[in-house]
Amino acid sequence: MKIAVCVKSVPDTEANIKIAADKKNIDLNGVRFITSPYDEFAVEEALKLKEKHGGETVAISAGGAEVTDVLRDCLARGIDTAVHINDPELQWLDPLSTGKVLAAAIKDGGYDIILCGQQGVGGDNNQVPAILAELLDLPQATVVVKLEVDSGNFKAEREIEGAHEFVEGPLPAVISAQKGLNEPRYPSIKGVMAARRKTIETKDAEALGIRGQITRLVSVKSMDMPPERPQGKKIEGDPETQAKTLVGLLRNEAHVL
Amino acid sequence: MPQGILVFIEQRNGHIRKSSLEALCEAKRKSGGEPVSALLVGENVKGLAAEIGKYHPAKLYVADAGALASYSTEGYTSALVEGVKKADPKFVFGANTAMARDLFPRAATRMNAPLVTDVMELIADNGKLDAVRPMYSGKCMGTFEFASPLAFVTLRANVFALDEGDGNHNEAAVEDLAADTGTIRAKVVETHKAEGSKIELSEASIIVSGGRGIKGPENWPMLEDLCEALGAALGASRAVVDAGWIDHQHQVGQTGKTVSPQLYIACGISGAIQHLAGMSSSKVIVAINKDPEAPIFKHATYGVVGDLFEIIPSVTSEVKKLNENN
Repeated sequence: MKIAVCVKSVPDTEANIKIAADKKNIDLNGVRFITSPYDEFAVEEALKLKEKHGGETVAISAGGAEVTDVLRDCLARGIDTAVHINDPELQWLDPLSTGKVLAAAIKDGGYDIILCGQQGVGGDNNQVPAILAELLDLPQATVVVKLEVDSGNFKAEREIEGAHEFVEGPLPAVISAQKGLNEPRYPSIKGVMAARRKTIETKDAEALGIRGQITRLVSVKSMDMPPERPQGKKIEGDPETQAKTLVGLLRNEAHVL
Repeated sequence: MPQGILVFIEQRNGHIRKSSLEALCEAKRKSGGEPVSALLVGENVKGLAAEIGKYHPAKLYVADAGALASYSTEGYTSALVEGVKKADPKFVFGANTAMARDLFPRAATRMNAPLVTDVMELIADNGKLDAVRPMYSGKCMGTFEFASPLAFVTLRANVFALDEGDGNHNEAAVEDLAADTGTIRAKVVETHKAEGSKIELSEASIIVSGGRGIKGPENWPMLEDLCEALGAALGASRAVVDAGWIDHQHQVGQTGKTVSPQLYIACGISGAIQHLAGMSSSKVIVAINKDPEAPIFKHATYGVVGDLFEIIPSVTSEVKKLNENN
């Protein structure tokens, strides 16, 4: 079984986000990058699938130098090989463009399954897995919390509002991972050492045959901080008085009850 | 010439999702007088035309077929794309639901059109529409502009006003769509209702959330009582989800759901940056916590410092009194 896992390098979820001077990007000064948390579930699932079915795992990521650590981390966890799509033309893209870039890297690879995190934390678009499935003309199951793969088919349990949906279909397919799918392992010291010796293959737009072909159809016009919340009120007294005052304010002042 | 807006009306088991109607109302407000039409997909769903008709779409397209009885990405993508080709709009709107997050990227890609998800504001500007959405779970806001004749947008629930329907229905404007669903490869074989809270977080107008301060999963019933009195959904911090006290579906914050209800009551939640990111666009925030220094108080409309095990039951009984008097 040949397994691709798409990973993204994102600003640490602990980071305070500031807007850059051009008001179109975030200020990256001092921002630490991490593997997008949902991608960790995708990587773990790739490793588990290989343990069970044998085969080969490949991690793929697009971006600048910040991507290297993420791909090293994948290799340290046990992913076999890594592909870094590194081209100034192909960075900080919108979801559709990202999908096109990843599809170009995946399409002739003979993959049986393509795993992604259900969203890249930060952009929070929830789009790339479905875009990828469409561009590759494959079935999809997104936001998956349980996955079984057997003799050319998949069974996926996915989250919808107030319920879980069970989806079945043939491989190859694109699956996006939700928290709960598995417990991601930490890289072992041995894994970290081994990862240092592995080479990360880099590809640019030429190598992918998409030089000049990626056009942004949507772009950031401006980025702003959310409006400041007005100073709040402190509610004093014994618990009963506090409860009475609170409910009174919610009804008569805030008008939400 | 593309014109106006097509709104995808989501239904499951014959129930229309309210947030789809919110999207329809917002489309009418922002179409600049161009036609707003609606699209309904399913099996035997024509009976729902009256409910949609209250909001007067210029036309209601209906893709009604056995193969569309339950949701499938591929079947519904074919139907939505067919609707878009028929209506030839500038924009396709839908509610930002689990279905739309699965369906819209795929349909937009088939049309080589961009999609902006989880939009909280639409700004009409000289015949164009810009979409404003939270990024980094609401730590900042991005305004997006489109450079394409067609664009898809999903709108966050509870943010856009639902107009009063006027009771006059325009059922006459229904047009059947013959969607070729082709072979559906990935099929939904079963749906299981999740346990616990009946109200979905992303659609709830009131959310009561619990964190470490509730001390253990045995104390959820205290919060569930308050939820029931308020008609609220139950939320949770990442800490208690990671501790296994509750399912991830309840998690609010950067690796959970980003919500913007009318009222958010944080109980025993200190307010880690990832949690604040997920709920700080709520209209009114109440924080109940014993630590007066907890960061959550900086964001609270009403801060209650004290023992939540005493305060919450009192709040519940006050709300019940209020309910009885109404």
